[in-house]
Amino acid sequence: MKKILILSTALCGFAASAQADITVMGWGGAYANSQIEAYFKPFTAATGKKVVSVDSDNPATPVKSQVEANNVTIDVAVLEIADAVRLCDEGALVPFDFSALPNGADGTGAEDDFIAGTLTECMIPTDIFSTVVAYDASKFPDAPPTSIADFFDLEKFPGKRGIRKNAKTTLEMALMADGVPAAEVYALLETDEGVDRAFAKLDTIKKDAVFWEAGAQPPQLLADGEVVMTTAYNGRIFNAVQLESKPFAIVWDGQVFEWEGMAIPKGAPNEADALELIHFATASEQLAKAAEFISYGPPRKSSASLVGNIQGKEEPMGPNLPTDPANMTNALGSSLDFWVDRDIQLNERFNAWLASN
Amino acid sequence: MAAAAEGDAYVAFDHVQKSYDGVSLVVKDLNLSIAKGEFLTMLGPSGSGKTTCLMMLAGFETATHGEIRLDGRNINLVPPHKRGIGMVFQNYALFPHMTVGENLSFPLEVRGMGKDERETRIKRALDMVQMGAFASRRPAQLSGGQQQRIALARALVFDPALVLMDEPLGALDKQLREHMQFEIKHLHERLGITVVYVTHDQGEALTMSDRVAVFNDGRIQQLAPPADLYERPENSFVAQFIGENNKLPGTVEELSQGKALVRLATGELIDATPVNVTEKGQKTLVSIRPERVEFKPEMMPAGAHTIGAEVLEVIYMGDILRARLRVAGSDDFVIKMRNTLGQTKLDRGQKINVGWHPQDARALDPS
Amino acid sequence: MTPAAPITPAMLTTADGRPLKAALAAAQARSKRRALFLVLPLLLFVVISFVIPIGQMLQRSFYHDGFSKSAPALQAWFAENPLGTEPDEAAYAALVADLALMQETRAAGDAGTRINYTLPGARSLYTSAARGAKKLEPPFKEALLAEDAKWADPRLWVAMRSAASPWTADFYMIAADLQLAADGGVERAPETQRVYVALYIKTIFLAALITGICLLLAFPIAHLLATLPMAKANLLLILVLLPFWTSLLVRTTSWIVLLQDQGVINSFLVYLGAIGDDGRLRMIYNQTGTIIVMVHILLPFMVLPLYSVMRVIPPSYARAARSLGATSWTTFRRIYLPQTLPGIGAGALLVFILAVGYYITPALVGGADGMLYSNMISFHMNKANWSMAAALATLLLLGVLVLYWLYDRLVGIDNLKLG
Repeated sequence: MKKILILSTALCGFAASAQADITVMGWGGAYANSQIEAYFKPFTAATGKKVVSVDSDNPATPVKSQVEANNVTIDVAVLEIADAVRLCDEGALVPFDFSALPNGADGTGAEDDFIAGTLTECMIPTDIFSTVVAYDASKFPDAPPTSIADFFDLEKFPGKRGIRKNAKTTLEMALMADGVPAAEVYALLETDEGVDRAFAKLDTIKKDAVFWEAGAQPPQLLADGEVVMTTAYNGRIFNAVQLESKPFAIVWDGQVFEWEGMAIPKGAPNEADALELIHFATASEQLAKAAEFISYGPPRKSSASLVGNIQGKEEPMGPNLPTDPANMTNALGSSLDFWVDRDIQLNERFNAWLASN
Repeated sequence: MAAAAEGDAYVAFDHVQKSYDGVSLVVKDLNLSIAKGEFLTMLGPSGSGKTTCLMMLAGFETATHGEIRLDGRNINLVPPHKRGIGMVFQNYALFPHMTVGENLSFPLEVRGMGKDERETRIKRALDMVQMGAFASRRPAQLSGGQQQRIALARALVFDPALVLMDEPLGALDKQLREHMQFEIKHLHERLGITVVYVTHDQGEALTMSDRVAVFNDGRIQQLAPPADLYERPENSFVAQFIGENNKLPGTVEELSQGKALVRLATGELIDATPVNVTEKGQKTLVSIRPERVEFKPEMMPAGAHTIGAEVLEVIYMGDILRARLRVAGSDDFVIKMRNTLGQTKLDRGQKINVGWHPQDARALDPS
Repeated sequence: MTPAAPITPAMLTTADGRPLKAALAAAQARSKRRALFLVLPLLLFVVISFVIPIGQMLQRSFYHDGFSKSAPALQAWFAENPLGTEPDEAAYAALVADLALMQETRAAGDAGTRINYTLPGARSLYTSAARGAKKLEPPFKEALLAEDAKWADPRLWVAMRSAASPWTADFYMIAADLQLAADGGVERAPETQRVYVALYIKTIFLAALITGICLLLAFPIAHLLATLPMAKANLLLILVLLPFWTSLLVRTTSWIVLLQDQGVINSFLVYLGAIGDDGRLRMIYNQTGTIIVMVHILLPFMVLPLYSVMRVIPPSYARAARSLGATSWTTFRRIYLPQTLPGIGAGALLVFILAVGYYITPALVGGADGMLYSNMISFHMNKANWSMAAALATLLLLGVLVLYWLYDRLVGIDNLKLG
């Protein structure tokens, strides 16, 4: 909190002295670094306009308070889709005109190029991350699991399972494992029968389940041998494999993906420049470039073929991304509308299910 | 009351030693017999081993070596609660969460006594210490003197034959202390109980006790009735510890028929009774009580040696006059004179000669 | 200074004739002002950081204007038509008017969220209907129902009637595992949805169990600390306090390393042959894990008050009791234990209150059945569902207050010694 205070104080002074610079509030760390390298530096090189990247625990919070206080210093905010939709509903963000977005590298129109459902009124997506099934490859040397159904198959793949202690994505995966096509998952979950079916599927592995809460836990559970298979965020597994050389592998079948993107707060001091930056950053090439720094997939389909090697390695990044065509054969985009309506109800039921025997 | 012989002693310490650390002894070879009904005081500076002895008797410390007997029975291995010894502590140790009545009831309850009898006994014990009206008070609501009486009543309520008191009056002011000394003494006489009393206050020891055991350095230095202790100390520690005392170091010049002639370092000769000296040429410390020093020639025995002195200071103390003299090169020689009509007045700077009856000056060990 | 009161003969006065009481008050006023000045920062701090937030929390649990602030027309209709009235065209007209208002003020999300609490799945109804509200033509009932048949759901109208007033007991109703029935009454939630009451009871029970285990473990430690010589006691005390100096997460993770299936303890037992490789004990990611780790984390909070009380109990009390004929057990039970009660009370209260409110540890090691009430509070807070979180927190606070009251009745709050 203190950090934000100091930053925003510095920001105020900065904005007054150098109006021309574009202020982007992001999340810091490797994620912000990927954006600086792939978006901001090339943008400055191309246009001469400077970009200042500022870190926050979650940019949605300062955006909301700045808009309410009518004193906006942020030009571009990097937001999670849920926050972007909420802020958009509250009128805190500037709506986009999708027709102004550049076409894909292959000439496809922008609205068709972005993966279906990812473009929303007030946010242009920049990257896609995913909840996947990951396993310890050393435990299944001969026949590794290949589908989401294998996660629930204790006979073919004996061993403990790690499951996120939350209804979101867990229920979707349970239905997909039960044979429900991705496109029908949410329609089914709207019904009591669908929810019952998802919980019934979860019942089959409950006695062998270890529940995790923090994103750092699944790789640790795998590393400790506590579980042989677990649901996990793809970025965490990628890091464990790349940085710690763990023998982990991902089953992309049945992945549930979510996305993040860039938005402009209402009253941004340099709205026109901000729009220009977002148009530049969300072009096919830049999105592909960013994916080389971090294992979050580009939301434009046309970017997939443009992604090069993992930064600093002689190994293609593509297969590690949720958006790789080979990984997208049975993928489900997390439905914001559904979870806004059902989050509390289904998690209450999930917790009741956890506590029951 | 005469010292008990080994055989019929009520309490006996037999070659008792105690060490806490396995390196040094706190109590060194203690032998002590206490008769039934006796009031015995253990007197000594702190760290002399007196409290350790009391704690061994009470059962809170075990003897490293030797035997402690109570009424002829070895109690070394008897736990404290089975010894049946009443005890009064320095800080009274009244249970703060119980009323006075409950405090007194406690020893009776743990003995399985019925309610009626308990009440009778509690009333009797409280009346005995004139605290009958305080049964429902909490200890914190009582003054120090009142708490002390309750502690006493509690130690006596279950009729122990032996009561131990560990500096019980230490926390009281002087006047109250003196009053309580009489009360405890009277209770002892009335009840016929045996009391072992620990104190570092010599006045208290002298007033109350049948016999006093003076402790120092883990040993009993002298065990004697108060008058003997004061008038006939057996070594220089006791002489210095009990009462005021003039010390004159010297060498034995002559030794014959219970009399000694001691030459001081400054050359003068004085008379003394040999106590711890056995042959000529021994170093010695001659001890004389201030009130036994005479400066009027007519009060001294014929042929007594005298020694020159200069009056440095005369202090008026009401009942007595106290004079500090320079004697044999030392500035702390004190004499006391009764403040009576016709008492010779001394003045500062006056030169006098002092002397004494040989039996009042005791030639002790030189330490 | 103060206007002098008429001096009656009985009244004492100072040498210059001022009434003694007034003179005394004047003399003391200065020191009182100074004292107030000294406590002022703390007073402000307490008010700002404690009283106000708790007051707000209490208010939020009863107050939610997400729907009511943008539904004036419906409010009017509900006021005129009692519960049980079938929503007529006027009602739908009011609804459409309010939906249009919501679109204008961008409040459809907020309003929908409020209805969603009592009727899950309703939020998107409002956000999507609000977008087209301006274009709807009368008759509004048919127009809306054509858009989504759910608008006719009597439960929706019951939920809206309830949400039309910002003051509500809905969140407490949910916390009691109840829901609004179609006729406007209250009914039990379906069995699969009942979570709060059972979790509340379990949390109180687990916190009491943890408190009891802490007491059993801490009592001998504190006694040892209190009777050891100062130098050794200080060293031991450092060992007791050591957990305080490591972060909660590190400690929790260390326990995971120790207790997990492939962990140190299980591997050692397998090595010894005490258990088979497939019979490894489940000591973490369940209730057992929550209890073990929380006992460890909360133990110092029990040791310290006990130690501070025991340290000042002179050993002569126990000696006195022994000399009076009590066995060591009687001495402990009747003399020592009662005197440690203030420490036991303080420690137990501290540990219990902390245990009841814990959520990080149960979240990390609790697995399926080791979760506590606070995990649900934390869940609702993460969802920005302040009112529900506030209602649950208020219930927890209430439970603690009841226990505090019981403690006061049984032991007496004056007997509390926190160190």
